[in-house]
Amino acid sequence: MAFIDYYKVLGIAKTATENEIKKAYRKLARKYHPDVNPGNKDAEKKFKEINEANEVLSNPENRKKYDKYGKDWEHAEEFEKAQQQRKSQSQQYYTEQDGFNDQEFSDYFESMFGGGGSRRGGSVKYKGQDFHASLTLNLKDIYESQQQVLTVNGNKIRLTIPAGVENGQEIKIKGKGGPGMNGGPSGDLFIKFNIENNTQFKRDKANLYAAVDLDLYTSILGGDITVNTFDGKVKLKVKPGTQNETKVKLKGKGFPVYKKEGQFGDLYITYNIKTPTNLTEKEIELFTEIQKLR
Amino acid sequence: MSVQNLILIETLCPHYEIEISFFEDLSNHGLITIETIEERQFIHQDDISELEKMIRLYFELNVNLEGIDIVLNLLQKEKEMKEELNMLRNRLKLYEGE
Repeated sequence: MAFIDYYKVLGIAKTATENEIKKAYRKLARKYHPDVNPGNKDAEKKFKEINEANEVLSNPENRKKYDKYGKDWEHAEEFEKAQQQRKSQSQQYYTEQDGFNDQEFSDYFESMFGGGGSRRGGSVKYKGQDFHASLTLNLKDIYESQQQVLTVNGNKIRLTIPAGVENGQEIKIKGKGGPGMNGGPSGDLFIKFNIENNTQFKRDKANLYAAVDLDLYTSILGGDITVNTFDGKVKLKVKPGTQNETKVKLKGKGFPVYKKEGQFGDLYITYNIKTPTNLTEKEIELFTEIQKLR
Repeated sequence: MSVQNLILIETLCPHYEIEISFFEDLSNHGLITIETIEERQFIHQDDISELEKMIRLYFELNVNLEGIDIVLNLLQKEKEMKEELNMLRNRLKLYEGE
């Protein structure tokens, strides 16, 4: 269990007055409070540290004990019994907030001071902490809405993943976070989706993009080709004289539009014209003849 | 108007240990919307999470109501920018590997 220099955490001298401690704590709390740093784990960690430091240094009794035994906390065992008594009387500390629980003091703090103190009255009811989780899916998995059962903190949650969910998108499941404090409502569960794409298609929201190779003769003379779409193959007519990188839009052959059942984006096909290589003598002769005609 | 999904402010005051005037101040600053039905004041249950954030900012960080407005606006902007960044990252993938 490492010693924690609470003065250093708050950036104050050991001789700091109560007012200086308060001022330093408030300044840092405003900077690192989870409400102003949503989803920032580093800020969350820092906030816990400054909270803990403040809890010790703002209480003259705790500060005295810390100053006396801080570096040799093991020798503070004689305080344990008295602290245990206090611990059993202390109320639940602070609020549970977005992504963390302030009751998580360091082992060092727990061994020195037992449980935390109280701030705005121990009976205040607060919403439980929000849980954050991530779910990795393949692009193919989200072409259709699907049901999944997730286990979050030991609870099974049946989840409907709507077709067309975006990579990096976060959805909120109400009331599936941590339990509320003092009878407050439960927090929410936030699930962030990581969508892996190992298909031939590139995706921009509901539109899909794919490149299709086209042989020289079809590009010149036109013809029918078969191309892959996300839900099967389609026949496509190629116009005579098609240029390289020509784009063709296949309406409604893209990806499902998020939360709009039955609506699909478009599929954009880009033609890559393949010039023949390793020509035979006869082919060279014929191409030369064509060249002369032009 | 139905009171479904609305929470009576009177019940929230002891819940959060705050005065009703605090809700009025929040409303006067445009930070919350108070629905008045038959002379009883409610807030929508979907606004509870934001309300709690405001309570914490006010009582724990000593941010005044004008400050809360600024903080919430900046957080909203940050959220929008994160979403835009995510969208642009996804779009960038269209051009990667070309």
